[in-house]
Amino acid sequence: MQTKKIVNDPRRVVPELIDGVIAAYGGRIRKLGEKNALVKSELPQGKVGLLVGGGSGHEPLFAAFIGKNLADGAACGNVFAAPSPDTILEATRALSKGNGVLYVYGNYAGDNMNFDIAAELAAGEGIPVRTVRVWDDVASAPADRFTDRRGIAGDVFVIKVAGAAAASLGSLDEVLRVTTKARDATRSMGVAVSAGSIPETGAPTFDLPADEIEIGMGLHGEPGVSREKMLEADPLVDKMMSRLLADLPFRRGDEVCLLVNDLGATTAMELWIVTRRVHQVLAGAGIRVHDTLIGSFCTCQEMAGFSISLLRLDAELGRHWDAPADSLALRKA
Amino acid sequence: MEAIGLGLEVARDMLVHVARGMEASKDLLTELDRAIGDSDHGIGMARGFEAVRLEIADKKYDSLGRLLQAVGTSLMASIGGASGAIFGTLFRGGGAGLQEERTFTSGALARFLTDGLAAVKARGGAKPGDKTMVDALEPAMIAARERASEPLHASLAAAAEAAGLGAERTAGMLAVMGKAKTLGERALGHRDPGAVSTHLILKLMAEFAAAPGAAGGA
Repeated sequence: MQTKKIVNDPRRVVPELIDGVIAAYGGRIRKLGEKNALVKSELPQGKVGLLVGGGSGHEPLFAAFIGKNLADGAACGNVFAAPSPDTILEATRALSKGNGVLYVYGNYAGDNMNFDIAAELAAGEGIPVRTVRVWDDVASAPADRFTDRRGIAGDVFVIKVAGAAAASLGSLDEVLRVTTKARDATRSMGVAVSAGSIPETGAPTFDLPADEIEIGMGLHGEPGVSREKMLEADPLVDKMMSRLLADLPFRRGDEVCLLVNDLGATTAMELWIVTRRVHQVLAGAGIRVHDTLIGSFCTCQEMAGFSISLLRLDAELGRHWDAPADSLALRKA
Repeated sequence: MEAIGLGLEVARDMLVHVARGMEASKDLLTELDRAIGDSDHGIGMARGFEAVRLEIADKKYDSLGRLLQAVGTSLMASIGGASGAIFGTLFRGGGAGLQEERTFTSGALARFLTDGLAAVKARGGAKPGDKTMVDALEPAMIAARERASEPLHASLAAAAEAAGLGAERTAGMLAVMGKAKTLGERALGHRDPGAVSTHLILKLMAEFAAAPGAAGGA
C-alpha cells in the first residue's frame, strides 16, 4: 500500500526540504549553488569548521543542526543515501577558514566512502580534514566489533559537543580529541513498531506484522536484535535499558544526558511515558540525569518507534554540552 | 583480431544503451534491495544512469578513458551513497589506464575490469564472498582476461555470463558489508543488488556489442 506523503514531485524532496530549512533560518545559512550543501552565511577566519551530513529522510538531522555551538555546515544526500563527494567537497571548501575541517557523520559504508573520497580531494587542495564516525547503536553489532556499529540519534550528542568544541578551541586536533571522547561516551538503542517509507516508492522499507515490534531496528529498516510480540512501555524500556547500560558500561555515580528520540511517527505522549520509565531505571541504577531531550531529532520517515541515547559526561564534555545552542532543531539557553 | 572493437562514438552509444537499460531496471533493483537493504538501490542507479545519459549522449570524447571517467564522475555525483561511490569508482578507476585508448577492444575491456575491480576493492574493502558487487565483478574480470584476444562481443558475452553466475552465487552468501550486514542468515536466498547491477551493466554492453552494425567484431 502506498503511504500518503505531503510532497510535490517525489524526486524533488531533497532540494525542496532544503529550501524550507533555508527559509526558516532567515538568512543565517546559505546553499552552495546547485549542490545540496548548506553552510553558515558568516564564518570567522581561523575557526575549525564542523561539517556534518548524511542521507536525507532523517530530518531534522543533519541540516537543522547548523547553528551556534553546533555544526557550521551540512552535506545532504538523497533519501537514505550518503551525499556525493563533490557535494561534501564544496561544503568543505566553504568551511575551510585556515584551521581545517572536522567531519562528523554516522558510520555507514556509503557515508564512509563518500566522505573519505571528499577528504582525500580536500587534502589534495591543502585543506586538512579529520573524521569522527558516530557508532552509537549498540544493537547493530557486539561491543567487540564496535566499528561495525551504525550511527543513530547519538549523532545529536556528538554534534553538540563537537560544535561547542569547534567554537571554543583553536586546533583541529583538539576538536577531534574532544569529539572522539563524546562519541566514545555515547550509546543508543532503538525499537520500531511500524515501518517508514521512501518518498519515491511509497512502499514501507520492511514488513512488520501488526502485533510485533523489532528491538534494535536500524534507521533505514535494517534488522535489529530481536523481533517480539508487542510489549507494554515499561517492560520494553527495561529491556532496552539493561542492554544499553551494560554496554559502556554506565555505572552508579555517572552523570548522563538523555535523549528520547521519536523515529518519526510516535507521539509525545508515548515519549513522555518512555522518559518516565527511563528516569526510574536510571535513578534505580544510581545514575544522575544532567539533561533530558525529548522529541524528533533523528527519524526514519513515518517509522513509529523510539530510541534512547545516553551520553556520559565528564567535566569537559559537560561544559561543551552546556554551551548555549541555537539551531532549527536544538536550542539551549 | 585484437584491433576489432568499437570506436569512441560507438562506445559512447553503447554506454547510452547501458544507461537506458539501467533506468528501465529501477523496479527490479529496488525490489531486490528492499529484501536486504534500504530499498533505494534501484532509485539511485536509475537516477545515476539518467545523469550519465544526459551527460554523455551528445558529447564527443577523445579517449576511452575519459569517456569511462565521465560516466564514473556522473554516477558518483548523482547517486551518492555506497552505490555512487562504488560504481563511480568502478568507472573512474577502470578508465584511469585507458587515457590513450581510442578503441574499445577485448583488451581494453580486460584492462577496464582489472583496474576497476582493484579500485573498488581499495575503496570499499570488500573481498570475494562478502556478498557484494565484487562477487560479480571479479569473475567477469577473470572471464574477460581469458578472452582478451577474442572479439569484443565474445569477451563481453563471457564477462556478462560470469557476472550473472557470480550474482546468482551471492544468494547463498552472508552479508558482511553495508546495510545488509546485520541481517545474518536472513540475507540468505537474496541476491546482492549491487552484484545484479554489475551483471546488468555487462549484459547491456554485451547485448549492444552483439547487435548487427555495432562493429563489435560479430
